[in-house]
Amino acid sequence: MKGLPPVLITAIVLVAGFALCAVQFPNIASTRVVGNLLTDNAFLGIVATGMTFVIISGGIDLSVGSVIGFTTVFVALAIERWGMPPLVAFVAILALSAAFGAAMGAVIHVFDLPPFIVTLAGMFLARGASFLLSTESVPITAPVYATVSDFALRMPGGGRLTAIAIIMLVIVIGGALLLQLTRFGANVYALGGSRAAASLMGVAVGKMTIKIYMLSSLLAGIAGIVFSFYTSAGYSLSAVGVELDSIAAVVIGGTLLTGGQGSVIGTFLGVLIQGLIQTYINFDGTLSSWWTKIATGILLFAFIALQQGLVALARRPVTKSLGAAT
Amino acid sequence: MTALLPRRGLAQILALIVILAVDRVVSPQFFDLRLQDGRLFGSVIDVLNRGTPVALLSLGMVLVIATRGIDLSVGAVMAIAGAIAASLADSHGLPVVLAAALGAGLVCGLWNGFLVAVLGMQPIVATLILMVAGRGIAQLITEGRIVTFSSPDLVWLGNGAVLGLPVPVAIALCMLILTGVVVRGSALGLLIEATGGNARASELAGVGTRAMILAVYVWCGVCAALAGVIAAADIMGADANNAGLWLELDAILAVVIGGTSLFGGRFSLVLAVLGALIIQTMNTGILLSGYPPEFNLLVKAVVVLAVLLLQSPKLTGFAGIVARLRRTKA
Repeated sequence: MKGLPPVLITAIVLVAGFALCAVQFPNIASTRVVGNLLTDNAFLGIVATGMTFVIISGGIDLSVGSVIGFTTVFVALAIERWGMPPLVAFVAILALSAAFGAAMGAVIHVFDLPPFIVTLAGMFLARGASFLLSTESVPITAPVYATVSDFALRMPGGGRLTAIAIIMLVIVIGGALLLQLTRFGANVYALGGSRAAASLMGVAVGKMTIKIYMLSSLLAGIAGIVFSFYTSAGYSLSAVGVELDSIAAVVIGGTLLTGGQGSVIGTFLGVLIQGLIQTYINFDGTLSSWWTKIATGILLFAFIALQQGLVALARRPVTKSLGAAT
Repeated sequence: MTALLPRRGLAQILALIVILAVDRVVSPQFFDLRLQDGRLFGSVIDVLNRGTPVALLSLGMVLVIATRGIDLSVGAVMAIAGAIAASLADSHGLPVVLAAALGAGLVCGLWNGFLVAVLGMQPIVATLILMVAGRGIAQLITEGRIVTFSSPDLVWLGNGAVLGLPVPVAIALCMLILTGVVVRGSALGLLIEATGGNARASELAGVGTRAMILAVYVWCGVCAALAGVIAAADIMGADANNAGLWLELDAILAVVIGGTSLFGGRFSLVLAVLGALIIQTMNTGILLSGYPPEFNLLVKAVVVLAVLLLQSPKLTGFAGIVARLRRTKA
């Protein structure tokens, strides 16, 4: 039942928003638009899934956007310049990004530093490293890329469920199962609830911290590969600011930024809401794209205020009963 | 002066001297100064001038961090203030332009402070809202264009000179002195540190913690707006997309380098500004050395890690042992 009410509210906002859009532009309610929505936000959905774990555990990961940028450049150079087979390049970059996340987790735990500033350093490091590799956009011409880009399942109504959308859906479902059904997931909630209590209960806090940041960076690496499929290029400036979009998606999805509560499904709905705003603005044509940012800001405020209210409500009966007892 | 510059500033001053020495090796003309049209020119002046926006931001940021908060929205506030200043510059006088831009910063600060102090939101989350939405608001003001202006008054603010110093540097210096006098000349600084050290205990001891928190966010907003106006005046235009982009991170970095803990409590204004200068001296050094500017981020990352490890509670035990060893030797 963890975090169900906020998720429900997110779902209602998404459905109501979609219905409003559909009333104004009937064409939005088609599988084509929905298919595009999933494809365009595939990398964001993957990254936000990892971010959900980090935030539920009471941390934050600012480095994910830079890891995506680094991944696209690395993959592009590995395939085009260094002559690696694409699969080998993918395995190499995933190992590299997982190691990067593990290192950040280790620094956070061993030196007892705030995740905010450690992952900020990680953000500089990864972005700087991608600049060092290449400052120009490197097109990827490997045949795998054409095959993957062309692959799509036909949905009724002419929509296309692309390969990268399928990857995203698989990861979201996998992430949700991992969080809700496994010991690992339970430990993530425990860490976010109270680090000290979790440690006393026998959770290996250090190992968990390392694993959580490893997972987040690994998913950022996968998102980077997906991003390179999406743009067929590697560019060191790609995915700047994605960490903010994914944090926003996590918050809109009903996850408490203080940790301990939240869900992957909520995050997925949060990603879809952001995508829906973008789609609406595209359909409208007269609104400028910066309205996306303002609308996202307003939604963020609404959801945080709502959480604040829920938390206050949850605390009130406790203090009342305590007052009655004394 | 001892109140402004505690003994712990030694590491920062040494770091600055080392980096300056490296810069001198890289570029032999680094310390050359020449007076032209009543304004000093040279690499050192350039460092001061380029470092002004981050120095101003860190002045506000250090107070916010001292209360155990953080303000992620300063870059967006810079963009808003720059946009307002640029759109008003050619039709209104400097006082109106400044009042409007700084007023906007004040309102942004009030908003952040309201969310943190009154609604009790986590500072990272509360200021994230304005960080995301603020740039959109700035683009609404400029209507998505890059607004340029030619008002000589505002241009002077970015490119003029006072007593040989560039105006931005003079403004930053005045702001540092003003903030220092207000905060350290009264009990305010102590109350801010108390709020950051333990908000509940301070509240019980009679400190108006809410008012303190509100005040530091407002001051941070005003400083950010001033930095935004100067940045806009410098390039004679406002670019809502790029003005102040990622500068919130530099400002936080400057404060951290300045030795103020992210967990609140003790702070130093002078050291925060020194932190901003250290960052800028590194940037300028990398540019002068002919390395591509892409190295900036890598160097910054290494510096952040080094400073963090030095401040880490786990390492202070180690530092204590080293100090004791030294004492026994002496």
